Amino acid sequence: MDSLLSILIWLPIFGGVAVLLIGNNRSQLAKWTSVGISILVFLLSINLFLDFDTTTSSMQFIEKTSWISQFNIFYHLGIDGISMPLIILTTFSTILVIIAGWEVIKDRIADYMAAFLMMEGIIIGVFSAMDSMLYYVFWEASLIPMLLIIGVWGGQNRVYAAIKFFLYTFLGSVFMLVSLIYMYNLGGSFAISDMHSLPLTLSQQSWIFWAFFLAFAVKVPMFPVHTWLPDAHVQAPTGGSVILAAIMLKMGGYGFFRFSLPITPDASFYFAFVVIVLSLIAIVYIGFVALVQKDMKKLIAYSSISHMGFVTLGVFTLFSIMKMDSNGELLSIAGASIESAYLGLEGAMIQMVSHGFISAAMFLVVGVLYDRLHSREISTYGGVVNSMPKFTGFAVLFAMANAGLPGTSGFVGEFMVILGALQANFWYAFLAAMTLIVGAAYTLWMVKRVFWGPIVNPDVKTLNDVNAREFGILAILAVAVLWMGVYPQPVIEVMHVSIVNLLEQALTTKIPVIL
Amino acid sequence: MMNFNFNASELIFALPELFLLSAISFVLLFDLFAGEQYKKFTYHLSQLALIITGVLAFSLIGESATIFSGTFVLDNLGSTFKVFILGFSVIALVYSRQYLRVHELLRNEYYILALMSILGMMVMVSGHSLLTLYLGLEIMSLSLYALIATARDRAFAIEAALKYFVLGAIASGLLLYGMSMIYGITGGLDIAQISSFASLTTLGPQQILILNFGLVFLVIGVAFKLGAVPFHMWVPDVYQGSPTSVTMFLSTVPKIAAVALLVRLLIDGLSNFQHYWADLFMILAILSIAVGSLVALTQVNIKRMLAYSTISHVGFVLLGFATGVVEGYGSAVFYVLAYILMSLAAFGSIIVLNRNGFEADQISDFRGLSKHSPWFALIMLVVMLSMAGVPPFIGFYSKLFILQQVVSEGYVILAIIAVIFAVISAYYYLQIIKTMYFDDSDEEIVISAPIDLKTVLSVNGILILLIGLMPSFWMNLSVSLF
Repeated sequence: MDSLLSILIWLPIFGGVAVLLIGNNRSQLAKWTSVGISILVFLLSINLFLDFDTTTSSMQFIEKTSWISQFNIFYHLGIDGISMPLIILTTFSTILVIIAGWEVIKDRIADYMAAFLMMEGIIIGVFSAMDSMLYYVFWEASLIPMLLIIGVWGGQNRVYAAIKFFLYTFLGSVFMLVSLIYMYNLGGSFAISDMHSLPLTLSQQSWIFWAFFLAFAVKVPMFPVHTWLPDAHVQAPTGGSVILAAIMLKMGGYGFFRFSLPITPDASFYFAFVVIVLSLIAIVYIGFVALVQKDMKKLIAYSSISHMGFVTLGVFTLFSIMKMDSNGELLSIAGASIESAYLGLEGAMIQMVSHGFISAAMFLVVGVLYDRLHSREISTYGGVVNSMPKFTGFAVLFAMANAGLPGTSGFVGEFMVILGALQANFWYAFLAAMTLIVGAAYTLWMVKRVFWGPIVNPDVKTLNDVNAREFGILAILAVAVLWMGVYPQPVIEVMHVSIVNLLEQALTTKIPVIL
Repeated sequence: MMNFNFNASELIFALPELFLLSAISFVLLFDLFAGEQYKKFTYHLSQLALIITGVLAFSLIGESATIFSGTFVLDNLGSTFKVFILGFSVIALVYSRQYLRVHELLRNEYYILALMSILGMMVMVSGHSLLTLYLGLEIMSLSLYALIATARDRAFAIEAALKYFVLGAIASGLLLYGMSMIYGITGGLDIAQISSFASLTTLGPQQILILNFGLVFLVIGVAFKLGAVPFHMWVPDVYQGSPTSVTMFLSTVPKIAAVALLVRLLIDGLSNFQHYWADLFMILAILSIAVGSLVALTQVNIKRMLAYSTISHVGFVLLGFATGVVEGYGSAVFYVLAYILMSLAAFGSIIVLNRNGFEADQISDFRGLSKHSPWFALIMLVVMLSMAGVPPFIGFYSKLFILQQVVSEGYVILAIIAVIFAVISAYYYLQIIKTMYFDDSDEEIVISAPIDLKTVLSVNGILILLIGLMPSFWMNLSVSLF
């Protein structure tokens, strides 16, 4: 199929329109249509994996047609080993979200499903756009359905959270827009690949780097621009939280891979230390912040920030491991092997995918409890295991994965990043490894207070265990988490060549040589 | 000095104007003598007149001529502007009729005054001498003053009409004063003559000084008509006080005429002094964007909010003209057309909410709209996001094109200031979305709009998305005008 990516983008978007047209009154039809479309899209996206050529770092599944000819803007799609896993993660999560909203969403169900379908298409567009303007259009457009999801189906304080979410990310990305336009005026092209090869002086790169950084750091989110995330997560409906944590945050991480490193390599090298420090603050300090949360969703939101710190850490430690000499040979800085630089980048990618599974699972777990007692407070619960044994089994598994237990996906990414960081600087690794303690502390303490112990609240006694629908969702996620934990090789294989290429780009200076 | 030769064959180039003038006279007489049961056809005749005039203007695209002894020009820019003026006016009249109906303001002079002001705009667009431009401006403005006062029993409307009249007269006076200085230096009223005389090399320093004074007055006059800061004081009060249908009309089509005035006077006439007026525009642009974005934040009246939003949009338009390059002018024209499309849909949505004499002009009137009328709420959502500059809607591309020209002329800092204010302005557009989607309303909103209004409004909303997905053609068109 030549236009597989276009189908993956537009099928859910037009599907969403169709679901809107079906309307809220015919809710059964709307639900079944939505789930059908999302499964179809997922199955189609599997083809990306099957037909993927793991031996080349160049873009695959390319589509290119002229779009806005005055400015050389193309409708240009393509994927490599970095974007492909994220696209499959997107199609996978969307199914879960749609099934998770099945009985829970009572109000305007068709609109709800349609919003998620459209968001799926838009986010696949973000991950597959090869033209920066197309990328920007998808990137910004993804805010619209999320704004409505939080604002319409959210909790008590949803208006504040929705508007804060929108304005925060909008402010971050307009500077990216200006720097894209700036680079277009230098190079005459909006194609991302042309921007990769555009020579830029260090001061130009620095400005562009910080403009990008603002856009991506808000999205990841990094300390200190993370404050929108806990609000958005707490107020969003379960499905919204899942998509936000599992996919939208990855758009920020993806931005570092696709834009920051290759377009501004010298500035990235120059400012890597700042990013590493911010990442470590996120990992350690936000971990402690998570420890004291009383609200389960807030706790998981902070834990997300802490885990996403590993992504930025993994990306930027490579500048402390490798450098390139004037002949274009890769040299190691502290005697480390080149593999440890790959470890950082690949660990970051694995961490993104694994966090997609785990955070989705954690938010769904909270969602299951919330649907029953309408409370997210940890203190409401206690002794849930007595009434919900099957559910507790899943919850404990996901909690362990969140804490980074070996054998689960949470361990793989973090371990790879820590190993990479160890080659760069012992203290980076030491501080990052703190998360294994802090992370275990806040996750397991929450598990203890919610699931174990005596039943204090009489309502907990009456809880029904998970039904077949919830069991199915959690089981699928459990399989994914364990599979990624035990055998991450296929994912690593898919991305390896692209990562090698990226590493080379990130270490090749773009400062024009003045003779 | 001027030879007033008249050649009947030249009339063909002014056919749209001549036809419209005859049509207005006919409609006026028809309305005067028609029996009570036929009065409703005044509306249909007016629409028909606009459509035929539009077709005539369209058929003249590609022709170019300067007629009536150089006082009237027909070129691509003129014809295209006329087609857009007439097309947008058709939409505006569809919306207006609903408003007049629910507020029982059905006086047919409304349509005739609107047609008259459209005629004035067309004369402005084709004006090729200071006198023709001024003539067109006054035909347009006087009709608009009367149009605002059609709601003669509303104190606010009278206040708005008076305010608009007084300030408009001052602006016209300033414009005339500037014109007289230009005339004094160049000795000509003809734009071509002015253009060839007004050059930095042939004029002495004293003359350049006087010409610059004239130039400043011209810029002030244009800025008044566009509503740019610091000449914007009339905008919020007039927008709020006028009947909503008149506000819609005021905030849309006359902007094209004002842009035409700017093009004829400054780009065609004083292109050698481009650096002088471009710098003035830059200041006006940044001030307009800033004031428009900040002051709109606190508004509770949606018409007033849209007034400030218009001011900030005008800032972007001026930013395009400030670049001083053809692509910049093209982007500015694209921006104006996009803005009008959005503004029409916004006011159309407000008018839809009006019912049985109830004036929906508070933001809170939109509360819970998405429940009662998801389709109209969706249109308003699209309009608001588009105005905020969120892709994939047309408003994003119009901003993108302006910013691209601004950055390519080396004013990166202006682009950064503009985007920061764009984010600030996003807040009040989000307030409308919040009111429609996130707030619940206690009362049921029943929307009973006629089918033609519904259709036009839907098409209008869909165009905002569709042109956004395929902006290439419109951008080409806008740039090709210069």
